[in-house]
Amino acid sequence: MNCTDFLAKLTDYFDGQIDPELLAEVKQHLGTCHHCEVVVDTTRKTIDVYRGDRSYELPESLHERMRAAVMERCRATGRLPDIELKGKKMPSPEEFLKEEAERLNR
Amino acid sequence: MALRSSPILADPLRDVPPPPVPQPPHVAVAEEPHPDIALVERAKAGDTAAFEQLVRQYERQIFRTAQHITQNREDAEDITQDVFFKAFQKLEQFQGNSKFSTWLVRIAVNESLMRLRKRKTSKTVSMDQDVETDEGSIPRDFAEWRPNPEQNFSQAELADILRRTIAGLPPGFRTVFTLRDIENLSTEETAEALGLSVPAVKSRLLRARLQLRERLSRYFRQTQEGPK
Repeated sequence: MNCTDFLAKLTDYFDGQIDPELLAEVKQHLGTCHHCEVVVDTTRKTIDVYRGDRSYELPESLHERMRAAVMERCRATGRLPDIELKGKKMPSPEEFLKEEAERLNR
Repeated sequence: MALRSSPILADPLRDVPPPPVPQPPHVAVAEEPHPDIALVERAKAGDTAAFEQLVRQYERQIFRTAQHITQNREDAEDITQDVFFKAFQKLEQFQGNSKFSTWLVRIAVNESLMRLRKRKTSKTVSMDQDVETDEGSIPRDFAEWRPNPEQNFSQAELADILRRTIAGLPPGFRTVFTLRDIENLSTEETAEALGLSVPAVKSRLLRARLQLRERLSRYFRQTQEGPK
């Protein structure tokens, strides 16, 4: 296994979705390639640091206000008939994401 | 707020079943119905208290998701309200084929991407533009990081670094990373929420993770000169 093969398996490796034979190859590669070992360590840390980030939390009072506003709207209007809304054409999710990937690749 | 314009996700209110997950053979699956199903049924019958319980359960998750995608707190507040309001109006369309939370996330992603498109922020250049992104799946920085690197920054500094770094990702990558790694959805649930295939999610997730890693490395790497 070389570094490119390893990278192709990185997501499965992180997610524990890798068959035992391939896992052994991955571990063998990691034992011999310092660069890939660093990539694994620092990518894992990247995920951890974002998971631990609490700066997006709102105070409970603001959440309560938001919930109250939602319920007020729901109670005031009830469920509406299923009306198709007309608007300008927007890309599908696949188109949107593809567009972004292409922009990235330029 | 008025409902407006057509969706970015193809039929965001569609309640699609998740992609099949291979099951080990000879395992008896005793499936308990998810407790949300009963709440949804009660809400469909007009019990607003049941719907309020669902709002209570998922409002934080929807808010965080919207804030990560839009990178704007006011937008995230509006979107959170719109998501639950829309879900309440269209509750009949939820048939229990997916988890209720995944259905909500799908609506939230659509609303958030629509908001970005409206603001055209996907075309803005971030502060992290100096990291070339044309080969986002190939790591170039192999410096080790300091132990507990986040402890070298104040809480506010760290929050700023994380926010600016994730804001520099293309929205599509940011969305996949948010759902999969921050909100801890499974790969299959993420695929379902975004209308993407499992391989497409994996590919985007890899690039998102590697790009974030590369950018954070500038702040966290072990170096005498400090962050570049």
